[in-house]
Amino acid sequence: MPQTFMTAKRRSLFPFLLAAALVSPLPAGAAAVSVKIDNFTFNPPELTIAPGDTVTWTNGDDIPHTVVGVDKSFKSKPLDSDDKFSFTFKEPGQYDYFCSIHPHMTGKIIVRTP
Amino acid sequence: MTHDETELGGVSRRGALECMLWAGSAVVWTVSGGVPSSISLAKAATLAEQKPFSFLQLSDSHVGFDKPANPDALGTLREAVARIKSLPTQPSFFIHTGDITHLSKDSQFDDADQVLKELNAPIFYVPGEHDIVDEEPGKAYLARYGKGTKGAGWRSFDENGVHFIGCVNVVDLKAGGLGNLGEAQLAWLADDLRGLSSSTPIVVFAHIPLWTVYPEWGWGTQDSAQALELLKRFGSVTVLNGHIHQVMQKVEGAVTFHTARSTAFPQPAPGTAPSPGPMKTPPGALRTYLGVTELNFVRGGEPLAIVDSALAS
Repeated sequence: MPQTFMTAKRRSLFPFLLAAALVSPLPAGAAAVSVKIDNFTFNPPELTIAPGDTVTWTNGDDIPHTVVGVDKSFKSKPLDSDDKFSFTFKEPGQYDYFCSIHPHMTGKIIVRTP
Repeated sequence: MTHDETELGGVSRRGALECMLWAGSAVVWTVSGGVPSSISLAKAATLAEQKPFSFLQLSDSHVGFDKPANPDALGTLREAVARIKSLPTQPSFFIHTGDITHLSKDSQFDDADQVLKELNAPIFYVPGEHDIVDEEPGKAYLARYGKGTKGAGWRSFDENGVHFIGCVNVVDLKAGGLGNLGEAQLAWLADDLRGLSSSTPIVVFAHIPLWTVYPEWGWGTQDSAQALELLKRFGSVTVLNGHIHQVMQKVEGAVTFHTARSTAFPQPAPGTAPSPGPMKTPPGALRTYLGVTELNFVRGGEPLAIVDSALAS
């Protein structure tokens, strides 16, 4: 009986998922990309991603850093060593960001529909 | 490239660094001078009200820091306080030029306060960028140290005929920029100085250096020139900073710039490492890189004496 139930559920969901994939502006597989903070530098300093992708910053330094959008659309807490911060970029555009503790540290995320 | 070549390369590229003194592993060094002879012309006016006194600068305690460069920053602050208490003459008061804590946590401020209250004398603080990374930036700092200050925590006060100005240059920093005083603070500074005689000795203290030490690492204040313009009519100006965790000095006209050691961990000399991150020292050497700065005013108008003392020789 459980088998029948699952099959039924899958059947009922399938048209909906198909429609969502066709209508949604998000790519079928939103990617997870990472930026490493090392030696007071964002690596890579510039990153091009697709709408819906999630960027995760990891602090590899022995000193805290932050990740703050110049337009204030995203802002991390202070990241101590090995702390992470993730943000999903939904809207296309160019997002300049910096470390508010060490403002000479700057980076850029370009969100572009492939 | 060797360490030395990197350092020399950095210096030759930047003439501004030429007249700086580098603190290597020197234990104690004294700077007498740096105040030009023009002070003697103005001296008579202030002599009567100036008594010999000293104050002491602490900086960059980074309470809460526990990384390999110094696993116990609270412990080394405690050692610094113990050394100060063993001085034959106790300073009249203290200034702390910021980065009291590492992450602006209440527990870190509590630990710092617990150790520093042993000094039993007034402490005048300015914040470092590490002291204002709480959820509402600067709220925790101002709740503790903001009494009697304006704006983000700037203030002035007079002691023994010397005018002291504590500036805040770690707030509202812009992407790609340096330290920042801001329009409101500069307007306040102009107003604060307006009534003073040019013979009044001035001491300015702030966290980030008020001269451009090394912009590649953010070691400078973008609008400091406007502050120095307001100070240029004074015969004796001493500018005390922290932030760079090493002793560095520069004299420009009547202005002496001086940075103090950290009590927590050293940072590399400009351009000698890939980044300004905490510098690991050879085993047993950490305390020769940490310390405090004592400043003495002597009756008779002798130049301000600046003495940097390391925690260990």
